[in-house]
Amino acid sequence: MATGATPRGGVLPGFGLAMGFTLSYLGLIVLIPLATIPLTTATLTPAQFWDTVTAPRTLAAYGLSFGASFVAAMINAVFGLLVAWVLERYDFPGKRLVDGLVDLPFALPTALAGIVLTTFYAGNGWIGQYLEPRGIKVAYTPLGVVVALTFIGLPFVVRTVQPVLRDLDIQVEGAAASLGASRLQTFRRIILPEILPATLTGSTLAFARALGEYGSVIFIAGNMPMRSEITPLLIMIKLEQFDYAGATAIALVFLLVSFGLLFLINMMALRRRTAAAAG
Amino acid sequence: MRPRHLSEPRVVRWILTGAALAFMVVFLFLPLVVVFAEALRKGLGVYLAAIQDPVALSAIRLTLIVTALVVPLNAAFGVAAAWAIAKFEFRGKNLLTTLIDLPFSVSPVISGMVFVLLLGAHGFLGPWLLERDVKIIFALPGIVLATLFVTFPLVARELIPLMRSQGNDEEHAALTLGAGGWQTFFRISLPKIKWGLVYGVVLCAARAMGEFGAVSVVSGHIRGVTNTIPLHVEILYNEYQFAASFAVASLLTFMAVLTLALKGLIEWRSGSRAV
Repeated sequence: MATGATPRGGVLPGFGLAMGFTLSYLGLIVLIPLATIPLTTATLTPAQFWDTVTAPRTLAAYGLSFGASFVAAMINAVFGLLVAWVLERYDFPGKRLVDGLVDLPFALPTALAGIVLTTFYAGNGWIGQYLEPRGIKVAYTPLGVVVALTFIGLPFVVRTVQPVLRDLDIQVEGAAASLGASRLQTFRRIILPEILPATLTGSTLAFARALGEYGSVIFIAGNMPMRSEITPLLIMIKLEQFDYAGATAIALVFLLVSFGLLFLINMMALRRRTAAAAG
Repeated sequence: MRPRHLSEPRVVRWILTGAALAFMVVFLFLPLVVVFAEALRKGLGVYLAAIQDPVALSAIRLTLIVTALVVPLNAAFGVAAAWAIAKFEFRGKNLLTTLIDLPFSVSPVISGMVFVLLLGAHGFLGPWLLERDVKIIFALPGIVLATLFVTFPLVARELIPLMRSQGNDEEHAALTLGAGGWQTFFRISLPKIKWGLVYGVVLCAARAMGEFGAVSVVSGHIRGVTNTIPLHVEILYNEYQFAASFAVASLLTFMAVLTLALKGLIEWRSGSRAV
């Protein structure tokens, strides 16, 4: 990798040192530890591996993790777009404070988010006491998982859409208006196509973050096997039982499917963008 | 302000703003209030007692030690990686950037697990470490390693785009005038990326103090020895000591709010928005 390096526009020193440190550190902290996952999985026979990753409890955990993460990403796409729009386009008192608050889920430790949301949505909680009499149970159900994942994913859509909205050319909207387009038409035909790719990118990031999330979910989920047990928790349980091979098998399939899905979404976004550029 | 014919009717603006604000208040602001309301529910006495409890103090000490070890290492890595990636062209650059981001797409539980598999008693290097009486998993080094992994990309991610956008003109001028490599780095390059570095360090420190899943796997939950602040919060919560749990949690909330405030300050100082 280091061979054939050429400085950009002149000779700067330190490439060997910086690259050497970067690669050794990356290897020691990230790559060698990650290599233990396939190596440990390989101690299973193919039949054992298949039984582990297709056990009903494993499949239920996969289903919940992917399903709840997807729903949370969709909620974030809608509300993230709304929040980004209002923050960029309208003025209201306390706007800077609200803008800062968007990043709260990034800064707040996940375990803390977990106990806060549980207290908030439990049957006797601030919101839960109004929801439960109406038959909406959030805490200790799959709905709770969705709520926690929506919370931690919110900043992604807002922060990817905001810069695109800011850089939109106001003259294009002006042209649309002078040609007689209504505001709604301008939004649908001019603005939405511009900000849709960023919305998709943001919700993909939120989806990826939600898949692996652990701290905020385990408090609010109730963690019932087959019903509200997410994949990272199932891996944790296998580890506590010293079933290392089982844990890595579940983790390996989970990681591969996640990467595959994210790759697919990115490819779709790329194709849309090139198609739009060509058209 | 935008010209009126290029904005929405006032009613629409109010409805949209109202909906966005309602969502933000219910979803983000009220939960923040919950922490302090619950922490002070049984009075200031219980709050202070929970924070000054010896087990809580040892958790705070451990969290600070871990953060003090993790942040400089990942900051040094971030600067080195950004220097190599932003200032030079080489084959495999995209692959390297992807690999640096890898820890972000791995679940915290899996991040902790890989160190148990590598260094735990039943892990690949377990017997070798046991012979030499080196304890890593369920001890401080394990917690540091897991935290290093989880916060790995944070500083690098802030610095790579920043360094790339700045270009190398000042560095070339310094070198032409006879400055040495390190001199150029410390006098020219480092001041240029100052605010990005500060922001990356703030993010890294906040994440290191609050990390839960990965640390939970490698810590072993030994009370007063290997419990960090988030793990201590979890134990108190599971023992139904809610007021004490939220009291200790309020420390982390202060840290989170401070992080957001610093982010605002850095954006203001550097004159642009950090993303």
